[in-house]
Amino acid sequence: MNAAAAEVASTRGAIRARGLRKVFGKLVAVDHVDLDVPSGQVYGFLGPNGSGKTTTIRMLCGLLTPSAGEVEVLGLRIPQQAEALRSRIGYMTQKFSLFDDLSVLENLEFIAAIQGIPRGQTGARVDELIARYGFGDRRNQLAGTMSGGWKQRLALACAVIHEPELLFLDEPTSAVDPESRREFWENLFELADAGATILVSTHLMDEAERCHRLAVLDRGRLVADGTPAELTGALAGRTLVIETDEPRRVRGTLQSLSGVLSVVQVGNTLRVLMQEAADAGRTEQRIDHALGQAGHRAQVSAVPPNLEDVFVVATRGGADERTRAA
Amino acid sequence: MNWRRMWAIVVKELRQLRRDRMSLGMIIGIPLLQLVLFGYAINTDVRGIAAGIADEANTSASRALVMDMLATEVVAPVATADTPQQLMAMIRRGEISVGIVIPPDFERRRHDGRPVAQVLVDGSDTAVQAAAAQLARVPVDSATPDMRAPLRSTPPTGAISVVGFYNPERRSAVSIVPGLIGVILTMTMVLFTGIAIVRERERGNMELLIATPLTSTELMIGKVLPYIAIGLVQVSVILAVGLWLFQVPVRGGLLDVFVVAGLLIVANLALGLMISTRARSQFQAMQMTLFVFLPSILLSGFMFPFAGMPKVAQWLAEVLPLTHFVRLIRGVMLRGAGLREMWPEALALSIFIVLMMAAAILRFRKRLD
Repeated sequence: MNAAAAEVASTRGAIRARGLRKVFGKLVAVDHVDLDVPSGQVYGFLGPNGSGKTTTIRMLCGLLTPSAGEVEVLGLRIPQQAEALRSRIGYMTQKFSLFDDLSVLENLEFIAAIQGIPRGQTGARVDELIARYGFGDRRNQLAGTMSGGWKQRLALACAVIHEPELLFLDEPTSAVDPESRREFWENLFELADAGATILVSTHLMDEAERCHRLAVLDRGRLVADGTPAELTGALAGRTLVIETDEPRRVRGTLQSLSGVLSVVQVGNTLRVLMQEAADAGRTEQRIDHALGQAGHRAQVSAVPPNLEDVFVVATRGGADERTRAA
Repeated sequence: MNWRRMWAIVVKELRQLRRDRMSLGMIIGIPLLQLVLFGYAINTDVRGIAAGIADEANTSASRALVMDMLATEVVAPVATADTPQQLMAMIRRGEISVGIVIPPDFERRRHDGRPVAQVLVDGSDTAVQAAAAQLARVPVDSATPDMRAPLRSTPPTGAISVVGFYNPERRSAVSIVPGLIGVILTMTMVLFTGIAIVRERERGNMELLIATPLTSTELMIGKVLPYIAIGLVQVSVILAVGLWLFQVPVRGGLLDVFVVAGLLIVANLALGLMISTRARSQFQAMQMTLFVFLPSILLSGFMFPFAGMPKVAQWLAEVLPLTHFVRLIRGVMLRGAGLREMWPEALALSIFIVLMMAAAILRFRKRLD
C-alpha cells in the first residue's frame, strides 16, 4: 500500500485495526493484525480454516473482546462503543443463524423489529426484500426446509434489512452451489454500489479475485494485503507451467531443485512456483536446463501468477517471506 | 427498553412453540399425567408439627395432659392462645397446623367421662392429620373405658377428640392437588426457559441476536412473557381436572389462586433463565433443572411435612419457590385464606423473582467470550 492510499484509508476508512490479537487459553487465534478497510469497497479475508478469519470478524463486530490491540469501526472504538455500532452493521454468520422453524416472512419481520425498523415501514421493506431476493412464492416456507442457496439469500436479506453502512459476511457461500454463488456476488456488488462497505471472508480463490482489496490470513497472522492485481503482480516471473508426459517423475526432480517453492499437478502439466530470486528473468531457462540434465522431456513456459500462488507464497513461503510480510 | 423489540421476541417464541409439537404436548400432557399419578398419595408419620395450645381450664391435671401430649413429640408448641377461635385463626394463617384445646370445664368432664380435650387439625395436609390422630391416644387419668378417640365428626366417646378442618374426609387428593400445581409448574416452567437461551446458542441464533441492538432486558422479558400465559393455561387445566376427578375445592378467591400461581410461574421462569445463562448445552440445562426439581419436590412440604425435616433441610427449603407456593396455595385453596393474610409467603416469592431476573439479565452478556 502506498502512502497516499494509506492516508485515504485512515481518514475515510470503515475499519482500522492495529496490533489486533486474540488468545484463547494457549492458542493464539489472531496475532498482531493491522487492518485498513476503505469505505464502499468489497474487502476480502482469504485464508484456510483456522486462520483467524471468524475470530477477527467477531472482534470487529464487538462480539469478542480483543486480548490486545486497537479497533475503530465506523469511527467507533470497539469493544467500548460496540452497542452504538450494532444498528449500523449487518452480520451474516458462517453457520445459518436464522430461525429454522419460522417462515421466510416471519424471519424477516422478526429481524426488522429487532433492528428497530418502525412498524409502519416494516411491511414495505419486507416486501421489497422478498421481491429483490426472489422469495415471491417461498415467503411462507419454513427457513429450515430451504436449500443452502436460499438460506444464504435469506440470511443476506436479513443482514441488510436495516440498510447497514457496513456488512460483515463470514464465509457466506460455504454451503452454496456455484450458480447461487455467482448471484450472491452480484448482490454484493449491488450493495457496494449503493455505498455499503462489505467485509467478506472466504477460502475460495475465485471469490477472493472478485474483491476490491483483500487480506490473506494464515495461522492468525495477516501475511499479505492489497488489491488482487497488486498481490499477483508482486509474484511476476515466479510462476511456470511445465508440460510433460511424465508429470510424476518430473515433479520429483523439481522438488529436489533449490528455489522451487511448490509444484502442483494439473492434468499433464505442472504448475511451479519459485522462491524470489535475484535473477528472476532467467528462472525459466534454469529450470529447463535442470530438467534436461535429469533426462526429462519437458516444455517450460512462464505464466502470469494467480491468487492461489499468492496464497501459497504467503502461507508456505518460508521464514524470509513471512517476516517481510509481517 | 424498546417495546417493539421485546414484543418481537414474544411473537417469535409463540410462533416457534406453535410448530414444536413435543413442547405443546408437554404443556397439557405433563399436568394430566402427574395429576392421575399423584392422585393417590403417600402418608407418613411425622414429628414436631407446629402446635398452638389453648388451656382454658389451667388446672394441674390439664397441664399434665398437655405435657403428656407434647411428650409424644408429634407436636411442638410454638404458640399459646386464650380461645379456640384464636387457634383457628392461627391455623388459617398457616402459623400452626395443630391446635390443642382444653375447655374450662375440664375437671367436670373428666369426672363425667366426656371428652376432656380437643385437637384441631389443619386437614389441608393429610400427613399432619394422620399424625395428629396419635395425640388422641394419649391416656387421660380418668375412669374412661375407651381411650381411643374416633376421628372427627363421629360422636366423641373418647377422652380426646380430634377435629380435622378443611379436609374432613382426609382425602389425600385434596391436599395433593394444590401442591401438585406447583410441582407441575416447577417441572415445566424451569425447563421452558432453562433451554430457551442455551438452545439458541446451540443453534447459532444467539450470535445473530447479540450482533443486533436487542438488549438483554428485552430478550429476557420477551422470553418470559409467553410462558406466563402458558403456565396459567396449565393451572386452569389442573384446577378443572382436579375439580372433576377429585372434587378438590377452591375455598379462597379464584383470582388469588391465579395470582399465587402467577408468582410461582414467574419465579420458575426467572430461575430457568438463570440456568440458561449458565448452561453450555441443552443437556446441561436439563441436568440443572433436575437438580432444582428434586429438592423442590422433596423439601417443599409437598410430599413430606415441612415440620418433620431437619433444620438444614428447612433452611434450604425456604430458598425454593415451591415451598412458599405450597404454603400459599393450601392456604388459599383449602383453608380459604386471603392473599393478604399470607403476605410474607407472597413477598418471599416476589423477592426470589426480582433477584433471579436481575441475576439472569446481568449475567447475560452480549459477547461470545
